[in-house]
Formats: sequence, structure tokens, C-alpha cells
Amino acid sequence: MKRLPLALVLSAFFIFLALEVSIRQAVLMLVGVGMGAALAGARFGFTTGWRQLIEQRDPQGVTGQVLLLALASLAALPLLGQFSELQAALGPPSVSLLVGAFVFGLTMQIADGCGSGSLYKAGLGVPLNMGILPLFALGSFLGSVHLDFWLSLGQIAPVSLSQEFGSSGALGVTLALLAVLMLAVRWWVGTGQTWVDKRWLWGAVALAVLATLNLLLAGQPWGVVYGLGLWAAKVAVATGSFDPTVSAFWSQAGNAQRLTQTVFMDVTTVTNIGILGGALWVSATASSSGKALTTQQWAIGLAAGFVMGYSSRLAFGCNIGAMLSGISTGSLHGWLWLPLAFAGTLIGVRVRRHFQF
Amino acid sequence: MSTTHKLQIVFWLLLLGFLAWDFNTSDPVNVRNEPPLVAAGSGQASSGGHCSMAQ
Repeated sequence: MKRLPLALVLSAFFIFLALEVSIRQAVLMLVGVGMGAALAGARFGFTTGWRQLIEQRDPQGVTGQVLLLALASLAALPLLGQFSELQAALGPPSVSLLVGAFVFGLTMQIADGCGSGSLYKAGLGVPLNMGILPLFALGSFLGSVHLDFWLSLGQIAPVSLSQEFGSSGALGVTLALLAVLMLAVRWWVGTGQTWVDKRWLWGAVALAVLATLNLLLAGQPWGVVYGLGLWAAKVAVATGSFDPTVSAFWSQAGNAQRLTQTVFMDVTTVTNIGILGGALWVSATASSSGKALTTQQWAIGLAAGFVMGYSSRLAFGCNIGAMLSGISTGSLHGWLWLPLAFAGTLIGVRVRRHFQF
Repeated sequence: MSTTHKLQIVFWLLLLGFLAWDFNTSDPVNVRNEPPLVAAGSGQASSGGHCSMAQ
């Protein structure tokens, strides 16, 4: 689609949301469009950055991601201290988190996209990611249905660095840990590497600004997974294949209410739609064609997408909800998610290579 | 038209169809009870769903 008609469609959708839902949701959709344009325009792929670090000892993608984490933390942690209305992305350290993050890191390499990656690549028109998205949603929904079982295996209450050390202390701890991360990357890649790429740099800055806007407007950090699981849950309820009153997760007051409301009232839904729209906007001038996949690769990729959705729910988020939002708002679960997902990725890149993706 | 473009059309039609169905079958939106444009400083705590939520 050309950019002018696409701009008109997005403008019409903005007006519809402003008139029929709320101005906040309409503006959040525009924030999502910016996120999608930044992700797709900069090809800001968390999955690719990790893979390049492992296979080519190329630190540029990870440097961009660490910069994004640092900038988002510099904005979010003081804001959380200033405004009591804002919520951090606090997930419980748990067996569920450890298993989920590991499996997510593994499968995101096979599916060639994390939560945000699957969204923006689907928006760009990459066939595998368009196929993955509904399966990711289904997996995320099933993960939420099984979440109480996974939590029964062991958990502690969410840990907020801000509550432990205060806003300044939490920021200091976060930046220090990010510096340690960069030292580890420096040790792995050795000397003579190019560290900074303009594409990753502007992507990091743009995404940090947009993530901060999301926090200020919505009162909660950027997330992807919840909205996708909600879509599948609504379909399951409508088709009579799921009774939310017997689910520990969906019978909770907030979740039960969201099942009866339009998804346009859900924060993560409108930003997700915006990301798809923003990536579609970029695709108007950028080619997204990749190599054709074999039937086996299609089957493995789609299965990985389903498992990725399931594990993202167990891990209390993907690279966005758990890693970016968790770490930047001072949640310990984000710091547990990162090494476990990376460990999974170490296996995932080998599986990916084995099946010749 | 390439297969990718056909898949793209199917993908967007399915998504738009889902959103239209959802809006028409869900509880009506009370536009007089809309949340503040900016949550920060509004005095209203966020109550939206998020991936990090255990419940």
C-alpha cells in the first residue's frame, strides 16, 4: 500500500478511537505507530542483535539494546519516583519465569522474532511472522490459563529495586549492571570491533522516547504479550471453548472485565495495532522479501511461534514487557529474564542453523 | 500479485475482521468515563493489563 492512502487509513482509525473509545487510546495508537516505524525502520531486532553477537561476535545490536535500556531507565525510574500513578512492570521471580524466559529465548531464534519482532515483521509483510502472530496469541492465552500451575511450582513476591534502594539507588544499580553487561560483551567480542551503528543508535533513542511516552500516558510500561493473549481469550470465550470463571488468571476482576470490553480499551492492544501499522508504513518503501521457506521450516517456525507465545506468558513478558520494561522500571524479574533468555538463545541459534533458516 | 501480497491481504482482512467483530459484540464504551489523556499526575492509578502481571 502506498503511504498516502495508508496515512489516511491510520488517521481515520485515530479519529475513530478518539470519538468512540478515548483520546488516550487514540494517542497511544499513534505512539504504537511510532514504535512500529522505529522497529521496522531501524530493523531494531532483539533476536538478530543477540544472534549477531553469538555467531559473528558483532556487538552493534547489543550495544543499541543496552543504550535503549539505559535511556529508558534514566527516564522511567525518576518518573516512577515522581508520580505515584505510574506502575512498574513487576513480575514475580519464579520457576515459571525461569522456564519461560529460557524457552522464549530458544524459540525466538527459530521464529526469527520476539514479541515486538513478530509484530513489526508481520506488519512488514514477512510471511512466517504473519503466520506466527495468531499462534503466538493462542500460545500466550494458553500460557495464561496454565499460569497458576506454573506459579504453584515456586515463586516469591515481585522485587522492586526502587522500593529496595530508592529511585536514585535503583537507577545506579541498573546502570552499573548494564555497564557490567557491556564489559562481558567486550570480553566476548575482543578488540577491533565496530561498536556503534547509526541504525541501532537512532532506533534506541526513538524507542526509549516512545516507551517513556507510553509510561506517561498509559501509566504502565510498554507491553506486547498481554494484548495478544487477550485477543485469543476473547475468541475462545465467544466460541464457547473457554469458561473464564474457572481460570485463576481470567477470573481476576481486571482480566474478567477486559474480556467483556472491546480490545480497543486495552493499552497493549492499541500499541500492538499501532506497531503493525507503523511497520506497514515502513514497508511501503522497504522490501521485506526473504528467502522462501521449505514446508519443514514453515512447520518448525510456526510451532516455535506458538511455544514462544506460551513461554512469554510464563516469563511475564517478552523482550519488551519483561526485559525492556522490567529492567527500565527496576524489576528484578527483568534481570532474571535476560540471562535465562540468552541461555535459551545459545541453543536456539544452533537449532536455527540445524534447520538451515 | 505475489503470494506474499496475497498473504498480506488475508492477514489484514482477518485482523480487521476480528477488531470489527470485537467492537460490535463487546460491551458498549462509556465515552463519558474515559481515562485521563496523561496518567502521570492525574491522580488515577493505572489499571490496564500488562504482561508482567501474575494475576
